[in-house]
Amino acid sequence: MVDFEPKIIGFLCNWCSYAGADLAGVSRLQYPANLRVVRVMCSGRVDPTFVFKALSQGADGVLIAGCHPGDCHYTEGNYNTLKRYPLMMQMLEQFGVERERVRMEWISAAEGTIYADVVREFTETIRQLGPYKRRLVKGRDQVG
Amino acid sequence: MAKLNLALYWAAACGGCDVAVLDVNEKILDIAAVANIVLWPVALDHKYADVAKMAPGSIDLCLFNGAIRNSENEQIARMLREKSQVLVAFGSCAISGGIPALANLKDRDDILRRVYLETPSTVNPDGVLPQTGCPTPVGDLHLPEFYDFVYSLDQVVEVDYYVPGCPPTPQRIWEVVQAVVSGNLPPRGATVGALDKSLCDECQRVKRDKKIKRFYRSHEIITDPELCLLEQGLLCMGPVTRGGCGTQCINANMPCRGCYGPLPGVTDQGAKYLSSIGAIMDARTPEEVDEIMQGIVDPAGTFYRFGMSTSLLKGAVKQ
Repeated sequence: MVDFEPKIIGFLCNWCSYAGADLAGVSRLQYPANLRVVRVMCSGRVDPTFVFKALSQGADGVLIAGCHPGDCHYTEGNYNTLKRYPLMMQMLEQFGVERERVRMEWISAAEGTIYADVVREFTETIRQLGPYKRRLVKGRDQVG
Repeated sequence: MAKLNLALYWAAACGGCDVAVLDVNEKILDIAAVANIVLWPVALDHKYADVAKMAPGSIDLCLFNGAIRNSENEQIARMLREKSQVLVAFGSCAISGGIPALANLKDRDDILRRVYLETPSTVNPDGVLPQTGCPTPVGDLHLPEFYDFVYSLDQVVEVDYYVPGCPPTPQRIWEVVQAVVSGNLPPRGATVGALDKSLCDECQRVKRDKKIKRFYRSHEIITDPELCLLEQGLLCMGPVTRGGCGTQCINANMPCRGCYGPLPGVTDQGAKYLSSIGAIMDARTPEEVDEIMQGIVDPAGTFYRFGMSTSLLKGAVKQ
């Protein structure tokens, strides 16, 4: 487990969290490189399908980050995130996915330090949890 | 014209798909007029050995219902694939696991322990669990092996067509048989007997603004027969489910359970439904969301009622 480097997928909204990540970069803040960023136009665009697909294809953790409630560029988008997330977590728990593996954060364009803290802390959490074990389904020639 | 050879098989299924075939009523005589039935365990006494002797490709059409749960299901699926020119995954279980695949939220050991040791009605002081073989004085007895996972048919063998439904409606069954008889077949891999639009598209109920304050289970509410069931707070899977069933459940005041499967282009029906349900909750704060969520008791079981085998996460894992 010592050698385990978590793979984390981060869906960052274009207007706040991605800009926050950018700020963390230009401010030369140090944080682990375990988070792979996918820029989306709004955290509300993050269909639970994206999260499930990430987990089913080798991610150990998923971060969804968007504007603070009330700050959405599209007025309402991040409220959809806020509403979907708890339901998605309830469902993921039934699939045996620990709550800590999928995280939702509000990070504004000014919060570069918060972004770096979140990535640092989240990477550490996933490192402690260990790799995500997928339900493996064997191929056509070897069911059973 | 020579008669078609027709096989119907049930693997891990309830038998409802076979009953749906009988529900074509007097048309069953028309089917008998154009086809020799070579295997139909629910209705006729054919033996596996007789089918095994047939030449590869000698069955023209095989309607295979049920998921692959054990080694017998798998063995017959492979045999029928070899013998059949057209193999149809018939019904939700064969297509995506159906109800049996809800067991993928547990593993083999959980299931055997629960069923053979823990259930209050079970008396099993020696803790005997099913074995694949057992020597007896009159010879060895064999049972199929119980798999750890419930597979859809196409996770085990190649499938030519998909006919969704739990069960497929008799009208659609008749259309499939006619298509094979006339040789008028769609491209291989197509879903036959369903629409490419959602159930909501053919649903006649009045639809207004979707803002939901509370979800109900169907025994908790007397619904308005004219209004959209989802708007009334029932978890109706219509928005993410293919139409083509004739809205039979909706007509009986029951919400859609999603048996016709995901719309074209959708990988994961349950995730898509989660997405839409999240969006229509009438809440602004996490506390309000929590309160509304009290009405959704079993999201995985409800949203993946028929599609667990082919879902992205496939089933639960112990971490």
